[in-house]
Amino acid sequence: MTLTNPPHRVGLFVTCLVDMFRPSIGFATVKLLEQAGCIVEVPDTQTCCGQPSFNSGDRSSTAEIAKNVIDAFDGFEYIVGPSGSCIGMLRQYPELFSDNDPYKARAETLATRAYEITSFLTDILSFDQIIADYQGSITYHDSCAGLRELGVKNQPRQLLGKIDNLDIKEMNEAETCCGFGGTFCIKYPDISNRMVSNKSSNAEDTGAKTLLGGDLGCLLNMAGKLKREGSTIEVRHVVEVLANMTQAPAIGEAQYDLANEL
Amino acid sequence: MQINSPDFKNSSKKALDNPGLQKALGNLRNGFPVKRANAVQRMPEFELLRNEGRDIKNHVIANLDFYLEEFETNVTKNGGNVHWACDAEDARKAILDICQKANAKTVTKGKSMVSEEINLNEYLESNGVQPVETDLGEYILQLREDHPSHIIAPAIHLNLDDVSSIFSEKHGTPHTSDPAALMQEAREVLRDKFVAADVGITGANFCVAETGSTIIVTNEGNGDLTQTLPRVHIVITTIDKVVPTLEDMSLFLRLLARSATGQEFTVYNTLSTGPRRENDADGPEEYHVVLLDNGRSEMIGTQFQDMLRCIRCSACMNHCPVYGAVGGHAYGWVYPGPMGSVLTPKLIGIEKSGHLPNASTFCGKCESVCPVHIPLPKMMRHWREKEFEKHLSPKGFRFGIGTWAYFAKRPALYRWLARASAFSLKLMGGKSRRIRSLPLKNGWTAWRDLPAPEGGTFMDQWKKNQSTETSPSHPDNKCRS
Repeated sequence: MTLTNPPHRVGLFVTCLVDMFRPSIGFATVKLLEQAGCIVEVPDTQTCCGQPSFNSGDRSSTAEIAKNVIDAFDGFEYIVGPSGSCIGMLRQYPELFSDNDPYKARAETLATRAYEITSFLTDILSFDQIIADYQGSITYHDSCAGLRELGVKNQPRQLLGKIDNLDIKEMNEAETCCGFGGTFCIKYPDISNRMVSNKSSNAEDTGAKTLLGGDLGCLLNMAGKLKREGSTIEVRHVVEVLANMTQAPAIGEAQYDLANEL
Repeated sequence: MQINSPDFKNSSKKALDNPGLQKALGNLRNGFPVKRANAVQRMPEFELLRNEGRDIKNHVIANLDFYLEEFETNVTKNGGNVHWACDAEDARKAILDICQKANAKTVTKGKSMVSEEINLNEYLESNGVQPVETDLGEYILQLREDHPSHIIAPAIHLNLDDVSSIFSEKHGTPHTSDPAALMQEAREVLRDKFVAADVGITGANFCVAETGSTIIVTNEGNGDLTQTLPRVHIVITTIDKVVPTLEDMSLFLRLLARSATGQEFTVYNTLSTGPRRENDADGPEEYHVVLLDNGRSEMIGTQFQDMLRCIRCSACMNHCPVYGAVGGHAYGWVYPGPMGSVLTPKLIGIEKSGHLPNASTFCGKCESVCPVHIPLPKMMRHWREKEFEKHLSPKGFRFGIGTWAYFAKRPALYRWLARASAFSLKLMGGKSRRIRSLPLKNGWTAWRDLPAPEGGTFMDQWKKNQSTETSPSHPDNKCRS
């Protein structure tokens, strides 16, 4: 890290799914940010980005939730989260407020400071000192919002490329939606199932040991399908590998030693 | 066409369980998108063209009255007639009136989605005029009493066997699975129809204001025979198809072919400019353009205005994973896929078509391939907002989202909820750490397991670490560098 510049002060946007389902993704994100020389803080009034309301047509609830996020992250140089989808939502906040609403300008500032973790590390910090050990092959699912709203495509691959012995086997239709879609998978489970089935067979076809991605919603969906099908592919968030935190069981996997489970 | 959009859920389920359809959809997914990608790759300036296309369309929409009047003036100058139709009824009546004045018994038709929109075939038939579809796909559908499932490849939901069966049944010919032989069979049957027809009806891909011309693009040439052989040519089209100049039209032709089929240019690009002139060797004696509005002008100045840029290339549906899973019929009306999910609610009402803008993951693929940058997911969300405002969303879903939002607005309560959920879901996961079924009829666990939470929320663990350590670290992280 450069010694001349003061470290960046970053607010971690945990995301509601990481908070509840897989805190280790949050800790891996913190670890990477710290390795890159940032000071990380976690505002404790954050809840969720508001996407479930936004995509259900409830603009006024979304605006209320957005205000909460804007207040919580006031004053941070950057807001970084382990999700393209949630960060993409933060970038849409300005359209929730009318021009004469004081939150409008604050939403605009927030939008310009919000980054997905792999994009932040590569595009903003030019960080590539990945200290991780990973044996075997991975395949990467490009989650839709990260890919198409934020342009996250090469960044995770670039970082993974720094790990010796890690082999990336690209799958067919890596850029096609996995069928999660937030409430979509609950509203249209049959269509969602077809989409995730396509994804799991594309992942299987690569022969990769691990399926990685940058959004926990998609990862829960794909892991849930792969496990139901009895697949041995393990599913993880990309930061777990980058931060060398793959000791914990993969998503939807039992503890290696069941006797140690409570 | 009958409206079946309210039945989207059942129709899509049936579609997913239909092996023939799934085979056909597999061919689509591996066809058009690949061809488009190759065509785009061969053209480095494609992105510039898209931007220019968007800008021209925006300019036209902002000056729509001007260009439509210019178009009308020039059609009239060329000896043709423009018929303004506010709604489907107006358009049908105008067309029937022309047919009756021409004493038409049969009319040949080029492919036109607008004619589907106004239910033209049924109307003509019930008034003693027999329409004959001449586009191969449309012809097959007409024999089957079926409807298009795609806006440029109407019979994409069928396989070769389906075509072979219906031809054998309707033409009284032996079964053949040779596509060339089937094509020849259709060609022979249709040749007589072309000659016998009194009126030819086509759509228009674009209306050119500066010349008063309409253009159709086809890969079969059937449209040319439809518009040049009969005594009367009727163009049924909509007000959003107008472009200022031939130069602009050329730009859209380049965008259209590449976006639609991955061709650099469609095979037949045929302009019609008025009826036959004195020294012309052939062409119709009368040339009519029926310009339909049907609610489109009401979209100007609203959140849905950008939809009027659509050039009906079908790239959005060709790339849509939902369309690719269920096909076009599941959408239950004329326009399927993402463009239909935005347009249909305007044309038949959100009350009947609420499923359409909801049946999207907002993956954004449609917008990324749209040749005129229509923000389709954003506009689908606007329809969801309309639904929400009108209290049309299902009550259970509304309640669920409302409850969730109540907590999301209150951080302290939310912390408690997240903690309780993480705890109970972890318990439910047991030693396997996967939940195989959830209470009620749950869509998630019907098809997949729910990975159980690790246990304990991030926020709680972070707080605990912060109070015990100066530097945060994950409790399970043994190899922190």
